[in-house]
Amino acid sequence: MLEENRRGVVRDSLGVGVAVGAYGVAFGAASVAAGLSVLQTSLLSLLAFTGGTQFAVVGVVAGGGTLGTALSSGLLLGARNTLYAMRLAPTLQVGGLRRFAAAHGTIDESTAMAVARRDPAMSRLAFWWTFTSIYVCWNVTTLAGAVGAQALGDPAKFGLDAVVPAAFLALLAPRLRTGAAERRIAAGAAVIALVLIPLTPPGVPVLASTAALLLAGSLRSSASSLRARAGSPR
Amino acid sequence: MNLWVLVLATAAGCYLLKLAGYLVPARVLDEPRVRRLVELLPVALLAALVVVEALASGRHLQWDGPRLAGFAAGAVAVWRRAPFLAVVVIAAAVAALIRLAG
Repeated sequence: MLEENRRGVVRDSLGVGVAVGAYGVAFGAASVAAGLSVLQTSLLSLLAFTGGTQFAVVGVVAGGGTLGTALSSGLLLGARNTLYAMRLAPTLQVGGLRRFAAAHGTIDESTAMAVARRDPAMSRLAFWWTFTSIYVCWNVTTLAGAVGAQALGDPAKFGLDAVVPAAFLALLAPRLRTGAAERRIAAGAAVIALVLIPLTPPGVPVLASTAALLLAGSLRSSASSLRARAGSPR
Repeated sequence: MNLWVLVLATAAGCYLLKLAGYLVPARVLDEPRVRRLVELLPVALLAALVVVEALASGRHLQWDGPRLAGFAAGAVAVWRRAPFLAVVVIAAAVAALIRLAG
């Protein structure tokens, strides 16, 4: 019975790993189209290893943004992994060198697969299998996409310019389905970015709309916690 | 822009952000406001990126027909809960075919 469970966890993790890892093709192609070399593209997948950040960085480069705006967009998006790590630390119980390996594998999918299991042993199994299978697939497909895009030439001819916004929307969609606050924040960010595109240098619209909404969100929540403390009705 | 600096700084920054989560005490997460803001951050960032990637060309708004049509087709696929790879293929195929025809 227990053996059966373990096999199920491994099978699910491998399935997620192959499915998610496959879209490294899209990243590899987008990155080369943005002007990065095949080596630079592969190093991002090997060393940064967090899809949303990688897409954001090459997206800003493709749009003609500066080093500062590309880096800050990427790191802002990568900051959610800090939260995942804090959530996983007590479950994984890693120390020493294994902690450094676990840190590298702390991304959306490995966290989701790990927290979906109640039994800590199964969580650990899911984390390591998901991490390993995504890592292998993501890096192989990144290289394939980068080499392929380089061989094919103009990325727009193959519709790759339409792929990047569609890929971001696909990453955003599950969060939009979780609540009305998420949908309001997304709509607000989209409008601010749209207004700022012709007014500010590339990269700034993304950072400014994120910062504005976080500020609005924190002001709102401090107002409501003040109300809660005063005990007044809404 | 020096792309090598960008690649290496992104790699180092992303790794340190992940590692930091294993080093800081978990108490920070007990503050619900912090947790909520970190949940909402990717929502704002991704929504802004969708708009910029679909409509911007440098500092200009560019209403590029094939790009927008491909994006719209991809958006329908997302709405129909198609798998990620299908979204990517549909968006690329529609944009490429319209460009080929035009």
